[in-house]
Amino acid sequence: MPSLTEDSLQAIELTIELASLTTLLLLLIATPLAWWLSQTTSRWRAPVGALVTLPLVLPPSVLGFYLLVAMGPHGPLGQLTQALGWGLLSFTFTGLLIGSIVYSLPFAVQPIQHAFEAMGRRPLEVAATLRASPLDAFFSVAIPLARPGLLTAAILSFAHTVGEFGVVLMIGGNIPGQTRVVSTQIYGHVEAMEFAQAHWLAAGMLVFSFVVLLVLALMKRRVGRVMP
Amino acid sequence: MSEAGLRLRLALSRPDFELDVDLGLPAVGISVLFGPSGSGKTTVLRCVAGLESTVRGSVRVGNEVWLDSATGIRLPVWRRNLGYVFQEASLFEHLDVRRNVEYGLRRTTTSRDGGDALQAAIELLGIGHLMARPVAQLSGGERQRVAIVRALATRPRLLLLDEPMAGLDYARRQDIMPWLERMRDELSIPMLYVTHSVDEVARLADQVVALDAGKVSAAGPAGEVLASLEGPVVGSDDAGSLVHAQIAERDHAWHLARAEFEGGHLWVVDAGHAVGKVVRLRVLARDVSIQLHEPAGTSVQNQLPAVIESIAEGLDGAQSLVRLRCGSALLLARLTRRSVSALELTSGKAVWAQVKAVAVTS
Repeated sequence: MPSLTEDSLQAIELTIELASLTTLLLLLIATPLAWWLSQTTSRWRAPVGALVTLPLVLPPSVLGFYLLVAMGPHGPLGQLTQALGWGLLSFTFTGLLIGSIVYSLPFAVQPIQHAFEAMGRRPLEVAATLRASPLDAFFSVAIPLARPGLLTAAILSFAHTVGEFGVVLMIGGNIPGQTRVVSTQIYGHVEAMEFAQAHWLAAGMLVFSFVVLLVLALMKRRVGRVMP
Repeated sequence: MSEAGLRLRLALSRPDFELDVDLGLPAVGISVLFGPSGSGKTTVLRCVAGLESTVRGSVRVGNEVWLDSATGIRLPVWRRNLGYVFQEASLFEHLDVRRNVEYGLRRTTTSRDGGDALQAAIELLGIGHLMARPVAQLSGGERQRVAIVRALATRPRLLLLDEPMAGLDYARRQDIMPWLERMRDELSIPMLYVTHSVDEVARLADQVVALDAGKVSAAGPAGEVLASLEGPVVGSDDAGSLVHAQIAERDHAWHLARAEFEGGHLWVVDAGHAVGKVVRLRVLARDVSIQLHEPAGTSVQNQLPAVIESIAEGLDGAQSLVRLRCGSALLLARLTRRSVSALELTSGKAVWAQVKAVAVTS
């Protein structure tokens, strides 16, 4: 594609890398969290549920600001990473990854939680009467039955991370090859009055987002409720 | 009851419900838990399986203790050697029939000879031709048969069945009933079977436990509980008794068979059972009438000499139920109170019972 600059290609590559890693880690974090939320009768259920949903309603700049503070030299996360000899995470790819995970958490937790809740307790009771330990039943029954929810969670997490802007700007800055993703690249192009470049990337994002939503809608028609 | 049987002492309370059950049941055969909805039948089953975490008391199956609140023993569900068939279709939708029935088998420690148990169960319930199908392509009756096979494949010490036919229409019930009768006759493990259908009690039960509001209101052999005047079905149109008999003779010309029991015989419609076969006869109270003398010139095929054991008034004020003993068999007869008075029927009186219709099941 001759119309994309080296910078833009680098931004696309970084975006895909960030979104893929975020999705992978989110599935690992969100699945047990969604399981706990769907099964527990603990009084902590409501507060934890609200906390998980928070990134959905907070302005990304607020989220980014607090993450930046936390990762900074005096924040708890920053003190920890410094103590471990990793230095500071703000304005690094790892910092961006942590931000993305927090930012997209509700998009991963909610579809999985809904899938677990829709399944009900019965399949797990059946598994228990067939000698499956709780952990065994989780992997052999709950996860396969929640597959549409897991797929939705993965697609939404990926797409939402690709579309992230405010958090990136707050904690990642705009370092080429490190933290400059497509959305901030577009912002850069517009600032520099490079509208043709901005068009190419913006149109690409538009098509990508539309395709994602189309795929989700088609999936929903095929397997019932998979959207959050 | 016997050491080898099932011993249950269960207590559980919920805001609107109290369960308090103390039962001993034999080591083989089907014990039916019978009662109206809300009487606690399913809860008893769930307590035995360990699916109710708040139950207190004890559950002993043969020499295995699954629950004993006094000593703090509470085996988790998956460590209890049981099979559970749930009311609604409970097959794993993400697995085909074969993987469903093998699910429990793979998780039993004795899986070496477990393959035989699975094969025997597949044959017992006739699902061999379904093994490769996805679950979604099964009918309701087939689903329940697969669920039963899946439970049996683990070689359970106890099989629990929670209204396995509740979700099925009449035709499907008639399809699955012979399979359940076969299980009763061929399996050597105790089964606890929950139902609110008198028909299922009459066809399947060896023992009946009647539950009412979380308490046992009657328990004993099926023939006795069904014919008891205080029993659970007395007020209903289904009131009637159960007679165990043996086919002694088949009259092909008239398409009838003679079913003999100690103390008499009944002519029944020939259902194809071989001579010598033990069958269950279901005689409804509304099909039995009483004469003082041996009847003559009647169209009714069956007359039995009997002695009145007791008389109870029915629910609506006009009806009475009379319990008759005829050798080893008990019969119920539904008469108007006026007839009871006119014939001067009392306990101990010898009479003739006329039986208009008999249903035969194996």
